[in-house]
Amino acid sequence: MDTIKDRTAIVGIGQTRFGKGLEDSELSLACQAISMAIGDAGLAPSDVDGLVMFSMENGREVEVARNVGLGDITYFGEIGYGGGAGCGTVGHAAMAVATGQCEVAVAWRARKRSAKGSRPWANVNQRLSGATQWSRPFGLLRPVDEIAMLARRYMHEFGATREHLANVALAFRKHANRNPNATMYAKPMTRDDYMQARWISEPLCLFDNCLETDGALAVVIVSAERARDLKQKPAYVHSFAQSIPRQHQVMTNYFCDDPLLGPSYACARLLWKRSDFQPQDVRVAQLYDAFSPLIPLSLEGYGFCQRGEGAAFTDDGALEWPNGRLPTNTAGGGMSEAYVHGFNLVLEGVRQMRGTSTCQIDGAECCLVTSGEGVPTSALLLRR
Amino acid sequence: MESGFLLPDLEDDDAAPFWQGTARGELLVQTCSACGQRRLPPRPMCPACRSLQHTWVPLTGRGTIWSFVVAHPPLLPAYQNLAPYNVITVALDEDPGLRLVGNLVAHPDGSINEVDPATIRIGEPVRVVFQQVEDVFFPRWVRV
Repeated sequence: MDTIKDRTAIVGIGQTRFGKGLEDSELSLACQAISMAIGDAGLAPSDVDGLVMFSMENGREVEVARNVGLGDITYFGEIGYGGGAGCGTVGHAAMAVATGQCEVAVAWRARKRSAKGSRPWANVNQRLSGATQWSRPFGLLRPVDEIAMLARRYMHEFGATREHLANVALAFRKHANRNPNATMYAKPMTRDDYMQARWISEPLCLFDNCLETDGALAVVIVSAERARDLKQKPAYVHSFAQSIPRQHQVMTNYFCDDPLLGPSYACARLLWKRSDFQPQDVRVAQLYDAFSPLIPLSLEGYGFCQRGEGAAFTDDGALEWPNGRLPTNTAGGGMSEAYVHGFNLVLEGVRQMRGTSTCQIDGAECCLVTSGEGVPTSALLLRR
Repeated sequence: MESGFLLPDLEDDDAAPFWQGTARGELLVQTCSACGQRRLPPRPMCPACRSLQHTWVPLTGRGTIWSFVVAHPPLLPAYQNLAPYNVITVALDEDPGLRLVGNLVAHPDGSINEVDPATIRIGEPVRVVFQQVEDVFFPRWVRV
């Protein structure tokens, strides 16, 4: 069978600064990041003929193309479900390039999430229909509440504790403290800081949550042949998968037989099936971390340990650079670098393959990047 | 007067009979007329047999706490006024795979913040009560 394995590569990356209350519009931020990514690849805007974006993106393809001065676009598409979309946009761009629907594709995410009015859960109509009517009226208002419900059950079933969640938060913070572009670069955190933080939705505290960030990031994808002639070291798209697991309900996935069997399990099956690498070969990962309990769930789903062992996996500095068993979110992730719907994880995966991370894992042949756990999701395995 | 609470659309295509049931003091579950499979939340088609025919069948209204959270600010104003409050997910006795989100209250007309969160345990048996907010009757839960 023809698959997309190693047939395309990420050859350009660009990102704006991360902040709160940035003046630029989301469209302007998107155009800046895309323009930087094209320049990083050594290509011209007129070379771009493919665009893939998040369905939630506020700036549309036509506006991006008109601003950045792109060429004639022959492929465009979008991926839904918020934080589940990041790797999906890259994967769809890779499929489009590999099948000749375009030659130079751009994927991106721009978001201004720092303003209170940008909190999606605060902009709800008074009358709810569909899925949300089964949870929000009862006060399960925010994404953190929805995940806290699963987290409590996970802790109950498998003996996970707040110490395990602290392992996650502290590892990512340490990595951010080495990354000058990270929001939390200059803000170290101790275990005491974590334990004394205010509750947001018990059992989750402030530091179990991702940041609220304004910013944008973009990547450029071309064929492997073309990548070899460009100026950056290619990060090949080795394997890609998406998943909507059976009987899944977005975020409030409480209504199926086994709610703790999240979207990552189904995504992982295809990802590893299409890959020359297996979990034991992976030495660095970028795992979607809107909330800390998603990390043990993802470690289990992607096969780094058995079911129920994800929390214990985080002990003994396992997630920490440089000597942990699986250094994870080596730029700080959504919890300590920036929360741009997980798209910053894709760029850090590329930097690991280039050898330019501020927490570089020398000799890593591949890097796993995942998108949202708890929603229809996607994942990439990048290779050098 | 508007309560400030989020309320369901009582005309919802799939859920309207559920809310009509709670208004009568009944906890109803959508049940496939062809194969008998219960489904929650309700939807047009049975995923087991593709039938479009269904009925609404009363449940005993008994279950156990499957999980819970305790919500703290920042929240929408009506909810923030009650914080910290609990939200529980109940596994229903008829089929523990059937679950409903609600709140644990100390007595049938009690508030969602009156049970000490430190006393709530996964696995506790509960039974349904109904509380009116504007024109909606919400299922809430008391300890058995």
